[in-house]
Amino acid sequence: MNFTPIPALLGGALIGLSASALLLLNGRVAGVSGILGGAIQPAKAESGWRWAFLLGLLLGGALLMRFYPAALPSAGTGVPLFVVAAAGLLVGVGTQLGSGCTSGHGVCGLSRASVRSLAATCTFMVAGALSTFYVQHVFLGIR
Amino acid sequence: MTDPRKVIAFLDFTGHWDASLAFVMLGAITVHALFVRIALRRTRPVLASTFVLPMSTGIDAALIGGAALFGLGWGAAGYCPGPAVVALAGLTSPAFVFVGSMLLGIAGYRWRPRFTAGRSRSTAEPA
Repeated sequence: MNFTPIPALLGGALIGLSASALLLLNGRVAGVSGILGGAIQPAKAESGWRWAFLLGLLLGGALLMRFYPAALPSAGTGVPLFVVAAAGLLVGVGTQLGSGCTSGHGVCGLSRASVRSLAATCTFMVAGALSTFYVQHVFLGIR
Repeated sequence: MTDPRKVIAFLDFTGHWDASLAFVMLGAITVHALFVRIALRRTRPVLASTFVLPMSTGIDAALIGGAALFGLGWGAAGYCPGPAVVALAGLTSPAFVFVGSMLLGIAGYRWRPRFTAGRSRSTAEPA
């Protein structure tokens, strides 16, 4: 893929603003895996803000589809769906066990200078690179 | 990040490395770190009574093991949770398969059977 630093910086800044608004207004951390977990666990009270946040993500996607569909391409990665399904399970279990994902640890945690989040971020970056290498170059055989 | 090919191009260090995702992180952290300082100078958030921030400080096996599992899935499919939810709007089968199985994984973890002192508890309970 082409290196696109300017849109990446601007998009990142928007993510930063979103996380900042949630923290300043609601006092909450914008960690999407935690928000998903809290939203589907009915035993926990006050999941309203979580559903509102998720609705916002979906609305953002709908706006992208309308005004900038290139961000949501129909061209796939070539990774078979059963691998995608297994990946989803790993992400679901892993984020709950590890208390966060790219947003909770990578953005919010690192912004608060959390050592736990730094350790988690380094770990999922290394695991991600190993997994991509295995799936792309060993499993799919792409050179 | 809603295009998993972009994430895979970042995580793949062989060949053409695409560093864009690092710039997403840089942009997000630069902006958010500034607002975190502003926010935490306040005694309370604007619309709520207290800040709810993670309290754990130690680095334990759950943190590292969970992050490793998450990374393996992230690198395999090219989706992490937030962008995957956004990508549902593209109505592609990988996005739906990924989010569906991710929710199964989250629900399975949250409602996992816990065995304590010979007594099994498999019903829903707060974590």
